[in-house]
Amino acid sequence: MSDIKKKTQSPMAVFFNGLVKENPTFVLMLGMCPTLAVTTSAINGLGMGLTTTAVLVLSNAIISLLRHVIPNRVRIPAFIVIVASFVTVVELLLEGFIPSLYAALGLYIPLIVVNCIILGRAESFASKNPVILSIFDGLGMGLGFTAALTVIGAVRELLGAGELFGIPVINRALAAVSGLIGRAEPLEYVPISIFVLAPGAFFVLAALTALQNRVKRKLEEKGHSADKIQSGCSTDCAGCSDSGCARRFMDVDAAPGAVGSVPDKSEDKDKALRDGAEKE
Amino acid sequence: MSSILKVSSNPHVRSKDTTARIMQYVVIALLPAAAFGVYNFGIHALLLILTTVATTVLAEYIYTRCMKKKSSIGDFSAVVTGLLLALNLPPMAPLWIGVIGGLFAIIVVKMLFGGLGQNFMNPALGARCFLLISFTSIMTNFDCDAYTGATPLAVIKSGEGSVALTDMIIGRTAGTIGETSMIALLAGAVFLLVMKVIDLRVPASYILSFAVFVLIFGGRGIDGTYLLSELAGGGLMLGAFFMATDYVTRPITKNGQYLFGIFLGVMTGIFRLFGPSAEGVSYAIILGNLLVPLIEQVTRPAAFGKRAVRKGGKQA
Repeated sequence: MSDIKKKTQSPMAVFFNGLVKENPTFVLMLGMCPTLAVTTSAINGLGMGLTTTAVLVLSNAIISLLRHVIPNRVRIPAFIVIVASFVTVVELLLEGFIPSLYAALGLYIPLIVVNCIILGRAESFASKNPVILSIFDGLGMGLGFTAALTVIGAVRELLGAGELFGIPVINRALAAVSGLIGRAEPLEYVPISIFVLAPGAFFVLAALTALQNRVKRKLEEKGHSADKIQSGCSTDCAGCSDSGCARRFMDVDAAPGAVGSVPDKSEDKDKALRDGAEKE
Repeated sequence: MSSILKVSSNPHVRSKDTTARIMQYVVIALLPAAAFGVYNFGIHALLLILTTVATTVLAEYIYTRCMKKKSSIGDFSAVVTGLLLALNLPPMAPLWIGVIGGLFAIIVVKMLFGGLGQNFMNPALGARCFLLISFTSIMTNFDCDAYTGATPLAVIKSGEGSVALTDMIIGRTAGTIGETSMIALLAGAVFLLVMKVIDLRVPASYILSFAVFVLIFGGRGIDGTYLLSELAGGGLMLGAFFMATDYVTRPITKNGQYLFGIFLGVMTGIFRLFGPSAEGVSYAIILGNLLVPLIEQVTRPAAFGKRAVRKGGKQA
């Protein structure tokens, strides 16, 4: 894939693009499997997010370094090998040094290999941009993911267990209130346990995404464009009706002699396609 | 323009039925069961019913106000939702259970999807399942002043002890506020049938298929007492006549309604006989609600003058 330089991209812009404008969870809706599965508590969300960030930064850096070496036709297997190596490293480190987090995240650590944020960034960013930018992209995307997972985890933990990072905040607050109004027996919070179960993840994710969209709309009304996305698209993927981008990508990607350049159906791939097309 | 020449669009024949009228009939039909519940379980049941209904109506009013929409509480559907939800609560549940359930039913299940007519799931049942998963110990504790111990269905399921069939039919058993009395529920159902608010397609196919399922898989052969106690116990009557027949969440097509009823009967049977808990009506109906779009697609009737639609309604 050809190396496309965009002069307007500064590392900080790329960083905040991942953190806010193209937040992988709330805007791109990528990586839903870990988002829904491990955010039963704030600490799990934070752990998962940071683990993914580490893998993302490292894999983005290496893929960016190797972007001229990896043949186009086998790029996906090559990306996966690189990502899987880093996941193995991180997994062994977690098992050795933070066994409690390792136990809590369980199967979802090896599954980072197929996390579509990582593959999506490799495909749409790291394979086309220089190393420094790719590292900042990984950091921004990773921290955006971490922030989203931590917030979801915090809300679910607060409602579903009455705790925040393991501290029973609601019961302490209720005890203080009971003391003030002179109740002998302090009030007790009855946890809404559905929020630590699977349905609660969907409720919280939907509510937070709605909130995020509302904030974005308010910002736009005030004249700040929060919708302008770095990759050159006029709107975010959800509102995009440009069905032609896949076709244009085929033209971009069909290097002489390339055979199997069939556009992938998945959304992050689509975005990657669009990236390539716009910049060309 | 003279009124003779004015041609209005269809429909030309209007019925006097309005949403509000139908919902009022449903409320009236539920009153015997609610009254029996209050008589059976005491004053706390009445408080719980009032709290839940007040919550659903207020929630709908406040939501429409906040969203700057036309207030829709005049159609009484919030009252029906609140009443149905309350009848599905254990008699001694704390009042805040009714408040949380009412808020969830109206705001999450109903209004967020666009209000009456747009909800994909029966709001009262959605809220009941939400509460059942969230507060399992409260929602399955049927102890009250009048009765202690297990519900008749739990007794049947455990196989220890026996149930008194007459008590179950009259309703003098433990259970949720509105589900215990088969007689009161059937009285309400007959009223709805007479007023043509509901028809027998869904309830009859539901109850019959459930009965057949229990006869085949119940493992007690043809035992009338057992069969009747399975029919009278739990929320089957309440679910079959009042919740599975919800206009919004049942299929529109006739054949679809039979299919829907049979699906509910089989699912309820599976949940009751093979599931971990003694009751499964609410989960069965909710699952059925989710399948309604598919059922409607499969059973779409042919338009007049066209050949019958083949599988899946491919012929457009």
